[in-house]
Amino acid sequence: MKRGWLFQAGLLAAAGLVLWFFISNTTHNLETRKIASGFGFLWREAGFEIGETGAIAYSAADSYLRALVVGLWNTFRIAAIGVVFATLLGTLIGLARLSPNWLLVKLAAAYVEAIRNVPLLVQLFFWYAIISENLPGPAEALNPLPGVYLSNRGIFFPLPGSTPELSGFNFIGGASLSPEFAALLVGLVTYTAAFIGEIVRAGVLSVGRGQVDAAYSIGLARRAALRFVVLPQALRLIVPPLTSQYLNLAKNSSLAVAIGYPDLVSIANTTLNQTGQAIEGIAIIMGVYLTISLSISALMNWYNRRVALKGTLR
Amino acid sequence: MKSFTVAAALSILAAGPAHAQSAAPSTLEAVTKKGYVQCGVNVGLAGFSQPDSQGVWKGIDVDVCRAIAAAVFGDASKVRYTPLTAQQRFTALQSGEVDVLSRNTTWTITRDTSLGLNFVGVNYYDGQGFMVPKKRKVKSAKQLNGATICVQPGTTTELNLADYFRANNMKFKPVVIEKLEEVLNAYFSGRCDVYTTDISGLVAVRVSRAPKPDDHVILPEVISKEPLGPAVRHGDDRWFDVVKWSLFAMIEAEELGLNSKNIDQQAGSQNPSIQRFAGATGDIGKMLGLDNRWAVNIVKQVGNYGESFDANLKPLGFDRGLNKLWTQGGLMYAPPIR
Repeated sequence: MKRGWLFQAGLLAAAGLVLWFFISNTTHNLETRKIASGFGFLWREAGFEIGETGAIAYSAADSYLRALVVGLWNTFRIAAIGVVFATLLGTLIGLARLSPNWLLVKLAAAYVEAIRNVPLLVQLFFWYAIISENLPGPAEALNPLPGVYLSNRGIFFPLPGSTPELSGFNFIGGASLSPEFAALLVGLVTYTAAFIGEIVRAGVLSVGRGQVDAAYSIGLARRAALRFVVLPQALRLIVPPLTSQYLNLAKNSSLAVAIGYPDLVSIANTTLNQTGQAIEGIAIIMGVYLTISLSISALMNWYNRRVALKGTLR
Repeated sequence: MKSFTVAAALSILAAGPAHAQSAAPSTLEAVTKKGYVQCGVNVGLAGFSQPDSQGVWKGIDVDVCRAIAAAVFGDASKVRYTPLTAQQRFTALQSGEVDVLSRNTTWTITRDTSLGLNFVGVNYYDGQGFMVPKKRKVKSAKQLNGATICVQPGTTTELNLADYFRANNMKFKPVVIEKLEEVLNAYFSGRCDVYTTDISGLVAVRVSRAPKPDDHVILPEVISKEPLGPAVRHGDDRWFDVVKWSLFAMIEAEELGLNSKNIDQQAGSQNPSIQRFAGATGDIGKMLGLDNRWAVNIVKQVGNYGESFDANLKPLGFDRGLNKLWTQGGLMYAPPIR
């Protein structure tokens, strides 16, 4: 017992020493190279524009901090919408692979294998190219529904009291989704759904045949058996790996930088480049992703505890 | 590319022995010891730095790297190139990945101070402009209100663009993509109405990347000053001097009428300026910590500034303009080599 304490104290001291070495060394190196440090730059004027600012009012005259908040908002937006659609599509894919329809099973299997085995970055470039190169310019925009315009400037659709209209270079009015957002969303959703599909399939298959038979034998219909017997048991197995997929989706959203969606990483990269404060910029990115991931984790653990069998969680 | 920035940031965390200033070797010593100059260049900008069909790097920025190698080693080929994006370049220099950054980089006060860089001079005087497809029938940048504009991040271009639209009370939507390839794809595929960067970049891109160069026009407005030049890290004056005077030697050579073809014969000249330049008299090379024939090696192997311009930029349709010698009405001016 005593040796155990000694060992742990030693480990803590060693970890502290390593940390101190890195911090003091960094400060020293920054000083000798006369590179500015600290977070004071956050309050300086950013001076660059951002393509999509979502719900946050922003202009080049605002601070770097506000620019980063816009980036954070964009990351949240893509992650939240992505998680919802990936779950829906993933569940459909998973159930399709279990369907009695032969063609549906094969199609779903082909989808999963194709999507899972191509790097996500490549898929993002693919979707971005499809959208930006195949859609016409704003002047020749497709008009599938009244007030809805589809062009390489994005999808414009009407809001109550405001319809998009072509004016000069672009549409004005209504609401819009940019090609970058659309490509990123489609890429993330289709990619993550392939993994979620497999998780759902594994979860459902893990419920013993006997359980289903027992449910039918007490007179439950197929739908009721699924709802009251199969899914509650499957969920216990689905939730933990599903959490990982949600975390992956949130983290993968940082690939946005490659196709020009202004997410947190993109804005932080620009910021660290304009200010030269790489260490602070990277620290902000790491801190934010850590916070997002731990929050998703905490939420999913709470949910997992609710669906778990009583007494099985320690 | 992101991992590169992280790696470079980490190497700042770990670089150099802690608190042991005296042991830190100077860049010149380190370069001499390893036998080559590690030069940060653009990933591919015609006329400035781009590998040719044989994989040999060519361009006026590349020639600065070669001039430094010629001055230090007497051999212009002793250079290794690190292609850098706009976002990677400063971290790469700060962290010691490269010895010198010669990558069409604008000299600004922020970069010269808080980024920890020292600009040695200017090897191309530039300004920012706009390129639009001809079929848009835009005649002036003042007509760009509401346009979608492709731009690379981490550049002065991004800031000037915002400034210009603010000053003229216009709005625009930026599409910000780091990789040159991707941002050009976005422009040529019609995702953006406008592509903006330094005019040299627009000219080079139009000639070398546009499917049909004649379909694109560069608008007459020049919205900024962009003095492009090589930079080194703060805190090593000796290396700063070597890089600075390697660039000046190319400019001075043009002024003295020395070029790669006549330098051997001119080295025996009676003109005292040329004698000093060629190292026949005085010991200017030694003051720099180099061989006394440093400048001769530069001119013989790389050429003077005008030769470099004519070889790399003239074929692309560049005009000397501001980059003429001061004696011919331009801005290229080297302090006296004496």
